[in-house]
Amino acid sequence: MSTLLELRGVEARYGPIKALHGVSLTVSEGEIVALLGANGAGKTTTLRAVSGTVRHSGGEVVFAGKQLVSGRPDAVARAGIAHVPEGRGLFAQLSVWENLRMGAYVRGERRTLRQEAPRVCQYFPWLERRRDQQAGTLSGGEQQMLALARALVGRPRLLMLDEPSLGLAPTIVQEIFRIVKQCNADDGLAVLVVEQNANVALDAAARAYVLEVGQVAIEGESAELRRHEGIRKSYLGY
Amino acid sequence: MRRWTSPALQGLVLAVAVVLIALLPRFTSEFRLGQFTYVAIYFVALLGLNILTGYNGQISLGHAAFMGIGGYTAAVLILGRKGFELLGQHPSHVIPDHGMRAVFTIPIAGLVAGATGYLFGIPALRLGGHSLALATLAVAVSFPAVAKRFEHLTGGGGGLSLPLPHAPLGWHISTPHWLYYEAWVSAGILFVVAWLLVRGRVGRAWRAIRDGEIAAVSSGVSPAVYKTLAFGISAAYAGVAGALFAIQVSYINPDTFPVTLSILLLASVVIGGLSSLSGVIVGALVLEFLPIYAQAPPLLHLHFAKQAGPVVFGIALMVIVLLMPGGAASLIRRITRPVTGALARKG
Amino acid sequence: MPLPLAFIWSEFAQQVTGGLAAGAIYASLALALVLIYQTTNVVNFAQGEMATFTTYIAWTMMKHGVSYWPAFVLTLLIAFGGGVAVERVLIRPVEHRPEIVIVILTIGMLITINGLTGWIWGAEVKAFDSPFPNRSLVLGNVSISIQDIGTFGVCLGTVAVLWLFFRFTTLGLAMRSVAFNPDASRLMGVRVGWMLALGWGLAAALGSVAGMMAAPTVFLDPDMMLVVLIYAFAAAVLGGIDSPVGAVVGGLLLGVVINLLGSYVSFVGQELRLPTALAVLLLVLVIRPTGLFGRVVVQRV
Ligand SMILES: Nc1ncnc2c1ncn2[C@@H]1O[C@H](COP(=O)(O)OP(=O)(O)OP(=O)(O)O)[C@@H](O)[C@H]1O
Ligand SMILES: [Mg+2]
Repeated sequence: MSTLLELRGVEARYGPIKALHGVSLTVSEGEIVALLGANGAGKTTTLRAVSGTVRHSGGEVVFAGKQLVSGRPDAVARAGIAHVPEGRGLFAQLSVWENLRMGAYVRGERRTLRQEAPRVCQYFPWLERRRDQQAGTLSGGEQQMLALARALVGRPRLLMLDEPSLGLAPTIVQEIFRIVKQCNADDGLAVLVVEQNANVALDAAARAYVLEVGQVAIEGESAELRRHEGIRKSYLGY
Repeated sequence: MRRWTSPALQGLVLAVAVVLIALLPRFTSEFRLGQFTYVAIYFVALLGLNILTGYNGQISLGHAAFMGIGGYTAAVLILGRKGFELLGQHPSHVIPDHGMRAVFTIPIAGLVAGATGYLFGIPALRLGGHSLALATLAVAVSFPAVAKRFEHLTGGGGGLSLPLPHAPLGWHISTPHWLYYEAWVSAGILFVVAWLLVRGRVGRAWRAIRDGEIAAVSSGVSPAVYKTLAFGISAAYAGVAGALFAIQVSYINPDTFPVTLSILLLASVVIGGLSSLSGVIVGALVLEFLPIYAQAPPLLHLHFAKQAGPVVFGIALMVIVLLMPGGAASLIRRITRPVTGALARKG
Repeated sequence: MPLPLAFIWSEFAQQVTGGLAAGAIYASLALALVLIYQTTNVVNFAQGEMATFTTYIAWTMMKHGVSYWPAFVLTLLIAFGGGVAVERVLIRPVEHRPEIVIVILTIGMLITINGLTGWIWGAEVKAFDSPFPNRSLVLGNVSISIQDIGTFGVCLGTVAVLWLFFRFTTLGLAMRSVAFNPDASRLMGVRVGWMLALGWGLAAALGSVAGMMAAPTVFLDPDMMLVVLIYAFAAAVLGGIDSPVGAVVGGLLLGVVINLLGSYVSFVGQELRLPTALAVLLLVLVIRPTGLFGRVVVQRV
């Protein structure tokens, strides 16, 4: 498998506060990778550094062989990376369908929507029925699914999810990860997923990285990490 | 904010300025002197506007209206009912019978305009940023119409001609000289008042509110009290300036204080430097002389249309906002820092 | 000051239609303000002057023999380009500065453009052609000026076209998404900066429609839009500065109410229409700072 995304010693700061002290990680084509870590470890910042919503002050981000320009999220999106941010980033005042249209924007709205919407709606059959509802009025779980659907409509090569399980019931979380795995299996979609819920994440992911204070502390195969003493204590709770 | 000079040097600069202003009438024509009288008048208006906008963060595009209130107050008091009747007007009964000496009307004009400003400050509390700018702009646009409508107080569209003022107590100086001193003495007094206000407890409260109302509240400052106060004081300054203006031109009508003046006042405050009292003098000089020199640039034998003034003014304002947020005051600071630094090192 | 007229229905109907025509002009300019406010969070004090400037451009074209509608369309295009340029060159650099700074910048634009207009075309008042015949349509005993109908139609037609654009085109959707959530829009691949410039361009074009529709009645002079701008502001704020529907409804309402007050309340008359509008505006702002249609809380997922 060839490397799709590679971070080499990425550093990022918020004003004077340094959040990332040189993060290096890779995601291969068609691979699901989990990013774990305590609160404030820098998981969100890592995703932001990739999507360009935070400028990286050091290191480099290489996607599909090309270096990504820092601070240009729109260019990153067009390069084929979909980032479902913390808080989902839906357009609350727009309808469900308009949100999906925005997901297709990146590849030319009309044609993409025509081609991709039926495929995505197979995963989320309820979307069709709720297409005119305002996105802000959906339930938390529905919003998370809409955010996922919107990302998928743009047919990205890499999907980045930031804590998709946050605040959701276990069955919904299961459902979301099932769909992510399905997409991965169907189209070879690569996924980088940030999770607090390490159990679910390690189930889905082939490999995982653990961030501690802005650096990768541990990395390895999921199965291997499950057996890791520290991880079991801190993240898996047994 | 860091001061650009030590207090001693500041005092020196101030002393030099006072001497220059006092001696200027000896060296210049009465025409020039008139221009410098306008500088003093604008200086007063801009001090007030800077208190409001610079130190308290409340924008006003309506200060010409407060100047107008001051100007009309002075004019009406100078004339009295008798004066009105002499002009063939029908005065309202609220106007006192007899006219007053022009000088004494100045503080009253300040009080009346200040009270009006204070009252306007109350609804303005609910507005901020753009809506305040809009509301004050609307006040400025409405002012001439209102002044025209209430003829019994203002003489209507025809305006009011005032008697030419003379120096009091048999002081033998010409009217332009007297007006010059009158304006600059008022400006001097109001400068000191502004300085004391701004560096004292009130000034701290104003700045705290400007920099974040929520934080100001939590440190025990009441925004409502201090914001309306800023509006009142600022309008009082404008009122004094308006009175001086009316006295200077010996005439007032609804278009003496047009919207354009309101807009240019704000522009001048920004060009001089928000929350800088030394910038205000630059602003006043700019307001008086920029339009004149833009129209006929000195040394070049060119003559442009009247509109060259506003065009240059507008461009100057945009350039300042884009490139030099501190205004002229920050430029002065930047230039003088090496000098004062060198002085300090020697000392 | 004439005493209140005896109430006559036909008179009333005429005042209402006249008010609607004026209101449609306010509505267009108000919508231009809202457009810019929604996308860039800037209240553009130069909106009226931009409109005046472009109306002068139309006047020049017509003076050189271009007929009305081609000149109209060309003016819209020029205004659009001008609006885009203004955003790119002047507004972009101050995007993240405090609101007061941006307001002052647009005031600088107001002063400059107003001066330029007078410099280029002179300060004297000029007549501006109307594309509509100077006749009236008589329905029963009510006669409605065709000028008013045409003004109303063009202004609201433009508003309708804009509405279709925002509702049904990709670009319109992207612009709306930027207005609601610029960060999320960026993640969708939207070039946010260009959308903002586009918003300014559309607003400028819309403003020029207002200018060209106002000019035949108020006559062309460099200050002609100042009062219209105040009314438009009042309409926008009345409706809620972030609500396009509010701006249009606010504009029409204001036009009608002002016209009726001016003709039926003798105290208000012709002179005090603007101060009255101001008083109403202040009252609304004090009671409901977000306007009649404004969002009270910005809801964001
Ligand atoms: N906008 C911001 N401004 C300043 N500091 C920030 C900002 N966002 C994050 N930080 C800081 O950067 C560090 C990393 O934050 P980040 O959000 O990446 O952590 P995280 O691993 O996603 O945590 P969580 O699991 O709680 O979401 C933290 O110390 C945080 O306080
Ligand atoms: Mg996080």
